[in-house]
Formats: sequence, structure tokens, C-alpha cells
Amino acid sequence: MSDFTLPVHHDGADPARDTGYVDPPPRMGFFTDTSICIGCKACEVACKEWNEVPEDGLEWTGMSFDNTQGLSADSWRHVAFIEQPAVAEDGKDFRWLMASDVCKHCTHAACLDVCPTGALFRTEFGTVVVQDDVCNGCGYCVPACPYGVVAIRESDGGAHKCTLCYDRLEVGQEPACAKACPTDSIQFGELETLRARAGERVEALHAAGVEEAQLYGHDPEDGVGGDGAFFLLLDEPEVYGLPPDPVVTTRDLASMWRHAGAAAGALVLVVGASFLGGRSR
Amino acid sequence: MAPRGRGGGRAGPRGRRVVPRRAVPVSPRRRREPEFISYYGRPILNEPVWAATDIAGYFFLGGMAGASSLLAAGAELTDRPALARASKVGALGAISLSLVALVHDLGRPARFLNMLRVFKPTSPMSVGVWVLGAYAPAAGIAAASDLTGIARPAGRAAAAGAAALGPVVASYTSVLMCNTAIPAWHEGYREMPFVFVASAASAAAGLALVAVPCDQAGPARTLAVAGAVGELAASHRLTSRLGLVADTYDTGRAGTLIKAAKVMTAAGAVLGATAGRRTRPASMVAGAALLAASACTRFGIFAAGVASARDPKYVVAPQRERRASATPAA
Repeated sequence: MSDFTLPVHHDGADPARDTGYVDPPPRMGFFTDTSICIGCKACEVACKEWNEVPEDGLEWTGMSFDNTQGLSADSWRHVAFIEQPAVAEDGKDFRWLMASDVCKHCTHAACLDVCPTGALFRTEFGTVVVQDDVCNGCGYCVPACPYGVVAIRESDGGAHKCTLCYDRLEVGQEPACAKACPTDSIQFGELETLRARAGERVEALHAAGVEEAQLYGHDPEDGVGGDGAFFLLLDEPEVYGLPPDPVVTTRDLASMWRHAGAAAGALVLVVGASFLGGRSR
Repeated sequence: MAPRGRGGGRAGPRGRRVVPRRAVPVSPRRRREPEFISYYGRPILNEPVWAATDIAGYFFLGGMAGASSLLAAGAELTDRPALARASKVGALGAISLSLVALVHDLGRPARFLNMLRVFKPTSPMSVGVWVLGAYAPAAGIAAASDLTGIARPAGRAAAAGAAALGPVVASYTSVLMCNTAIPAWHEGYREMPFVFVASAASAAAGLALVAVPCDQAGPARTLAVAGAVGELAASHRLTSRLGLVADTYDTGRAGTLIKAAKVMTAAGAVLGATAGRRTRPASMVAGAALLAASACTRFGIFAAGVASARDPKYVVAPQRERRASATPAA
């Protein structure tokens, strides 16, 4: 029991190789620089068009100009509009942040770990994809995701989320959202290159006085082993609806099984002990 | 007020640091209200899509079945045929109903079979499906042989097999729940298996108190007391360790269910161990209370999880705290 190791606990940040691909291409991902997002929603639309994702309600929510509200089985990109009264040092002001959210394609992906059918799999590019024809709709991936990304589509009962346009990647194309983004807020490429570029961008912003600029999901040491889709944010993650410190709960699975084993043992002992003592009949 | 040329967050060059106010109204809560910000109060996590009746019901029935198989084995070894038979039949009935609940949640039987195409140790659901695949037939053969008197040796072997797998069936569902990002479940992963097996013991004991004459139900009465003590202790430990997230177990639908469970657990165990010794009606009332208590425990835990996913406070505040406490050490 103590030697129980889990496949998610590889040291390297190369999930494709860890999964068993012998000579995979470089890990690909997204760097979403929200400081240059203009909230045009071209990414949302391009994603729906390319992936034939159904419409998911065309009504105003009343909460803001954000009428998508969040990621779902039918929204694989979601542009958050943060419209807030804010206090500036020189008086009252208003701020408006925009950020295009997406599946994070975690290095240690909880959805993939818990899937009991193998419908979720790791691609050679290190991304995470659901196979619609294998998914049985058990819904385990839904509460497992620490980012609240993957969801069940009511019309077909299956789990759906961003595939990072696996079909386009296979033929050397970039994902539809990145292709459509007019400001290059969504950048697609080799993850290592993107991380280096993101680091430079944060430094440039800091030098320009934007102290609040920070990277999110870039760190291979974080609770999910770093994200294949990471972000430059202008405020804390929770402002954008992102968890501050997500973890892949599978990392505690060995401990969970040990506790369950102890509990099961206790049950055996207690039931056994119930039969000790004098026969009452 | 329109944003100026530079949006609030990007106001660096002129030295205007923009500090967000608490922008999102948080739901009015009673105590220990944490400072936190979220995106229009919208949830961060997706709540489970599982129907409570199917999945919490499945946890209750599976627990009752697993512990009943163990009770049946003890009864057989100590020559209590009525206890053995009731527990075997109860185990079969419960596990059959739990599989119906599972298939109902999935939509159609083929989707259950689809899970048998792989075995994944990282997925407690996959592990559970295989365990059930071995346990359910064993429980079935054990009960059928006991009822019909056919193939007694095979029946005894099956009963032993069911007893060996019973504790796994009763406990694995706690791992299934806790291996999610739902704060009320995951944060309690150390105590949850003990709550689950204690609740399973209560249910199995309750079933026996209902179905078995007093003169053979002695071990069930003892088990009822042990299960009740164990469940109350483990639940207490769970909620006292959880901090803010413990609120989800104390309030709302979950709070009601869990309070009801505690009262019925204690009452059922006490009644079973006292008047239940002498009169069958008292024994049956005690048993029914224990069964209801076990069901309430499962439904309450389920509801607490949903509540903890629905309010971003339970995601943001503990994670912020964790990060704050980890930073100085790093």
C-alpha cells in the first residue's frame, strides 16, 4: 500500500511523454494576455463556429455586458467583463477588465484522472480532449475539475470542453480562437516559448508601472503542475472567477485510499467485536 | 462614469494605483464572514451533475449492503440463521437497488457496461465498478443459496467473498466523493471514510433490528451502538477540522439533514440497546430510525458538497488562506 504510486506524479512537465508517447511533438498551449483583450468575443464565436458548439442562450443576464457568464459544455471560451467601481488614489474611477477564459489543459488533469471510461485522454501535444463517442456521461469529471471547466451538455448527456482544436493542431493549424483574436491577446504556440514570452511581457508591464500584472497558471510547481493554458492577469485570479490555488485532488488519492483502508479495517474489527461476548439468545 | 483612456487596471504610468472595492455583494451569512472577491458572485466550480436521489441513495444502499454482508458472515459463523438470512437478502436487495440508481443516473445500462472497457486506478469510480462487478454476484449467490437451500457450499463461499468485499464496497464511495474539487468533500477526505463506514454499520444494524427476532439480533444491537458512536465522533472531527467550509454542513438543507441524522442515530442506538432487547416493536422502531439516519447522513453530505461548490466563498477564502500560510515557509 505504501508503495502505491500514481501515474499523475511524474516529475517532468511533459505530460505527453509521461502518458507514454514515445517521441511527441513539443507541448502546445495558450498564453492569454488579458492586458490587451478588447472583449470583442471573436474567440467565443470562432470556437463555436469551428467546433460546431451549440448555442447556449442569447439573453442578457443583467449582471454586466457579459452575456455568456462562464465556461460550460457549450461555451469553450468565455470572455469575462469585469465592470467595477474602483477607488483610485486620485479619486473615484471605474475599471473594466476583460479576459478570455478557457480550459487550462492541466499538466496533472483531474478530469482525465477520474474518468472511468478513458473518454478523456492526453494528446501528443500534451492537451486534454474528451472523446464524445466514448464518454458515458457519468459526470465525474465535472466536480473533479478545480477550475469548473468541464460540464455535461444536456442535449447529448456527454461531457464537453475545449479540445485546444485538436483537429486543427494535427494539420499544423492554430486553434480557431487564437486565429480569430484581433489583438493577439490569445497566443498559441510551444508552451516553453509562450512561458518565456509571458515572462518578458510581465517584466515590461512592471517596468511601465503596471505593478498588478501577474501570471496565472504558468508555474509547473503549482497544484496542477502548471497549465497548458495560462494567463496574464491585471488583478487577483478570483476577480476573474478563477480559483486562487487550484489543486489536482488525485495527488491525495493514495492517502485517501489509506484512510479508506483504515476505515474498512475498523469496520471489520467492529463487526467482529459485535459477535464477541455471550450469546444473547 | 466611463473608463478613461487608460482602463482602471492599467493606470500605472501616471502612478495611479487602482484598488478594487469589494465589487461583488456576497450573500449575507451569519458568522466568520471572510473577505473575498469573486466574479459577480458566480460559482468557480461546477457543482456535481449527479441527482441526489440516485447518487446519495447509491452511497446509502451500497454502504448498507457492504456492512450487511459482513454482519451475515458473523451470523453464519455464530449460528444465527435468521440474522444471516436477513443480512444476505438485505445486501442483495440494497446492492441491486444501488445499481439501478447508478444506471438511472447514467441514463441507460450500456453506459454502465462502457465503464468496464478500462480499469483506471486513478479513478475511484472505475475501481468501484470492478469491485461491484465482483461483489454483486457474490451477494446474489449468497442470498439465493440461503433462501433456496440449493448449493450450500457455493453459497457459503459466495457469502465469504461478499464479506471480504463488503468493507471495500462500504468505504470506496467516500474516496469517490473526496477525490473531487468540491471543498466540503475533498477537505474532509481523512474523516469521510470513517463517517461512511460508521453510517454503513448503522444501516446494516438497523436493517437487522427491523428484520430479525430479538433473540438473534444481539450483535446488531452492539453494532448499532458502535456505528452510532463512530459516526457521531467522525462527523464531529470532520466539521471541527474544516474551518469555514464546515458551515456547509451546519446550514441549509445539509444542516437540517445532518442534524436529523444525528438525533436519529443516537435515538436509534439507545432504543435498540435498551427496549429493543426485549420487544420486537421497539427493536423495529430503533432499526427504522438507524436506516433513516444513515440515509440522512449521505444526503446531508451530498447537499453540503453542492452548497460548497455553489458559493465561491468556499473556494476562494480557504485557497487564499492556504496560499498565505504557504508563502512565508517557501
